Amino acid sequence: MGRLSGTYALIRKDVHSELRTRYALNALLMFVVTAVATILFALRSDQPTSSVLSGLYWVVVFFTAMSGLSRTFVSEEERGTTMTLQLVASPSTVYFAKLLFNTVLTFSMTIAVTILYMTVFSNAFVIKTFSIFAGTVVLGSLGFASASTIIAAIVAKANTRGTLYPVLSFPILIVLLMTVMNATTKSLDGEEFYSALPDFQILIGYFLAMTGGSYLLFEYVWKD
Amino acid sequence: MSALSLIATGVTKEFNRRTIFRDVSISLSRGESLAITGRNGSGKSTLVKVVAGLLSATRGKVEYAVDGIRLDVEDLRHHIGFVSPYLQLYDEFSGNENLELLSKIRSDVRIDAGRIQEVLETVGLWERRLDYVRTYSSGMKQRLKYAFAVLHRPSLLMLDEPTSNLDHDGIAMVKKIVDEQKKHGVLIVATNDAGEAGWCSANIELGKR
Repeated sequence: MGRLSGTYALIRKDVHSELRTRYALNALLMFVVTAVATILFALRSDQPTSSVLSGLYWVVVFFTAMSGLSRTFVSEEERGTTMTLQLVASPSTVYFAKLLFNTVLTFSMTIAVTILYMTVFSNAFVIKTFSIFAGTVVLGSLGFASASTIIAAIVAKANTRGTLYPVLSFPILIVLLMTVMNATTKSLDGEEFYSALPDFQILIGYFLAMTGGSYLLFEYVWKD
Repeated sequence: MSALSLIATGVTKEFNRRTIFRDVSISLSRGESLAITGRNGSGKSTLVKVVAGLLSATRGKVEYAVDGIRLDVEDLRHHIGFVSPYLQLYDEFSGNENLELLSKIRSDVRIDAGRIQEVLETVGLWERRLDYVRTYSSGMKQRLKYAFAVLHRPSLLMLDEPTSNLDHDGIAMVKKIVDEQKKHGVLIVATNDAGEAGWCSANIELGKR
């Protein structure tokens, strides 16, 4: 019970802190707008295929996540408040609070990218099988948040934080990226829901393996 | 306040093969106090962090017990108060909000608005409780760290450079907190100042040549 209330209090602290400082929000929003605008200018009047569009969609999500999600730990490290958290919360409390915060942030960001994408590419980006798309966004966001959280915790302890985060993330996220791109293409092509089930199995497995591994590793990353 | 005792045996800390300190042993129980002294770079702050469970020892072990029952390091946070120059509170929150948020994250149900008022009055920040910490002077931030450290009435209070940035009134406040702690709990002070070391009944000097 104590752990749960501590986790909830830490998420509330992070949300209030984010609303006041806009550490991650501004970076995420600016990147989403800039990236989608650049893609729009690059494509002009071309009619890209569904696989190109879904690929570009997740490229935007990937780099947006890279620009903002590391802030959850980097901002604590830069402000010198890591030790304060260590004094009041167990490593598991910190891990799950940061994971949930990043999940909410990733999910909100993915929704924002989707709305912007559907507005800008109204003719080409048409979701024909909504259930596949919704499942991909939810499971993809969970996977992104899980991987990003542990990588952010590792990167926060390093000196070259800015470059290390995307470099370290790419090989870890490549399986996830390929799977969500594949599933998104199916949703744009109007395939049946069951055709995406293997993709969903991979995404669920990825999330569980990443979260379980991160939970076991986190104490060592967090403490020393 | 529960009776906490700590025993550190043969504690050694190394960073990248450089030995910071070697074979340090400490035994403290309720009513006892220890000053950790030594030249700059001798590892005073590192030893304090190891004892507080914030860093792991390369060799040796630190064990804690409350009322004779062994305490898990996970539960240590309910029993430790910590003040140090490298400890920072959240600039974007007020002093009052910092104490509220941190006690909730610690899941400390005993802390209510009355207790927060009491500690803020003790450290002389009650009038400025609603101001953001980023508007505080360095001395006020140090006072707020004391409020955070004693809020949950810790059995073990650890002070690293206890009077840095404080004026005369602030130093008197620290002395009062120290005297109170020595009556009911365990006190550890890491310092280079002979006067501050004199607050404690025992002394360990690190890095003796």
